[in-house]
Amino acid sequence: MSIRGKAYIAGIYEYPKREAADKSLAQLHGMFAKGALEDAGLTYSDVDAYYCAGDAPGLGGISMAEYMGLKLQHIDSTETGGSSYVAHIGHAAAAIAAGKCNVALITLAGKPKSTIKKGGLAMRGFGRGAPEAGFENVWGPSVVNMYGMAAMRHMHQYGTTSEQLAWIKVAASHHAQHNENAQLQNVVTVEDVLNSPMISEPLHRLDCCVITDGGGAMVVVSPEIAKTLDRQCVKVLGHGEAPKHLDGGRVDLTYTGAVWSGEKAFKEAKVKHEDIKYMSIYDSFTITVLETIEDLGFCEKGQGGKYVADGNLISGVGKIPFNTDGGGLCSNHPANRGGMTKVLEAVRQIRHEAHPKVQVADCDIALAHGTGGSIGTRMGSATVILGREDS
Amino acid sequence: MSEKKFKIPVPEINEETQHFWDATAEGKLLIKKCADCNEYHYYPRTICPFCMSDNTEWIQSTGKGTVYTYSVMRRSPVQYCIAYVTLEEGITMMTNLIDIDLDEIKIGMDVQVAFVDTGEGCALPYFTAA
Repeated sequence: MSIRGKAYIAGIYEYPKREAADKSLAQLHGMFAKGALEDAGLTYSDVDAYYCAGDAPGLGGISMAEYMGLKLQHIDSTETGGSSYVAHIGHAAAAIAAGKCNVALITLAGKPKSTIKKGGLAMRGFGRGAPEAGFENVWGPSVVNMYGMAAMRHMHQYGTTSEQLAWIKVAASHHAQHNENAQLQNVVTVEDVLNSPMISEPLHRLDCCVITDGGGAMVVVSPEIAKTLDRQCVKVLGHGEAPKHLDGGRVDLTYTGAVWSGEKAFKEAKVKHEDIKYMSIYDSFTITVLETIEDLGFCEKGQGGKYVADGNLISGVGKIPFNTDGGGLCSNHPANRGGMTKVLEAVRQIRHEAHPKVQVADCDIALAHGTGGSIGTRMGSATVILGREDS
Repeated sequence: MSEKKFKIPVPEINEETQHFWDATAEGKLLIKKCADCNEYHYYPRTICPFCMSDNTEWIQSTGKGTVYTYSVMRRSPVQYCIAYVTLEEGITMMTNLIDIDLDEIKIGMDVQVAFVDTGEGCALPYFTAA
């Protein structure tokens, strides 16, 4: 069984602000749900399935279902970090295809900017009881040095350079200048990235994503519901997900779970790489993008540095633009989880609702990819391929 | 023994890993080897993650290895180097490189284990230049 064409993204919402100190977490989830449902032309009462991850307050999705007054017949709180919401689309599509539900709501919200002061330098360990805890938390793992170790190895193994990584931020900044909501709206150069402070080698400050409050939501519906809606619905063509980990000590930080999630998504979608007109690539750091592009098969392993250089990711310049909203590197990384916003911009591109300066002409097929956890240890990777009705 | 300027952290120890940490107090780095498939793994588990055998044994590592990758944290009060070291036995473990010039670290360099006492009945397996 395939989910191709069995579900549609009918509504989306992204919080325009980057700070939300005056709102409760549940309030944000509820606001974003309302926004996405209104975009679709639906209401809370139409929702029969709810999907959320670890950022939602309370017991799985149950507390938020109560808060919003939802009456559900399907619920899923799959937690794979920042990629959760990309995985949720696949799960929702499968549940819809199996007849378990018809209108699935997915929400993300968080306030790391207004509540957490240490940001990316905070020690990154998972809670007590995680089997790896004793063997990792004592070494001062932070988000940045974990990704730094992946970047360092990739450079060593494939000759990737800091200049090449910098091009990824440069491309994101070219797009973010057109996004009035982006946290960073100034266009930067390769030199700007290289001259920004070294955080944890080889990653500079501008190799890192922003830290923001906010979030968003989306509504996935059955084809039958989609037909009744006035809003342009975006077809789910394919999905893949895969955790990748340290494999019992056979450590290889030069690739991500995208090697598996991407292959599955392409196969299910029945599309080829040359069919993809736009790609949202999870961009917690520049190295995340570089490894993911290789792993998804847009270039050969190790050639990502050459692929991203010289503006190849910039809309109107290169072959396939990425993250035309400015991505996590410049616009928004709500709750320190970028998977939701990756899908939202892909939907805007297919609906032809991206900013005119970055809108891809005739964008009939787009890809969105999420990476949760850390490419320096263990991650959840998820890929979706979306298309116009005629795709 | 160490130039580290920050407090030595104490690891989270559980029933399955107590033996590993007890051995560190005697300066031994223990790793697990499966007696059925003969594969080493890390971190240590009771059941082999490669073949699901219960027949895993504690082996003392030589404590020698090479740097697989590393990252020097420059924006913390005390700069430090986190690293993955590939042991001679072939498995790779996370650690810190200490007593070493942070500007001289290179992937592939030879390192050896250097235990630092936590004061809580176990020692941490740091690594330093061989």
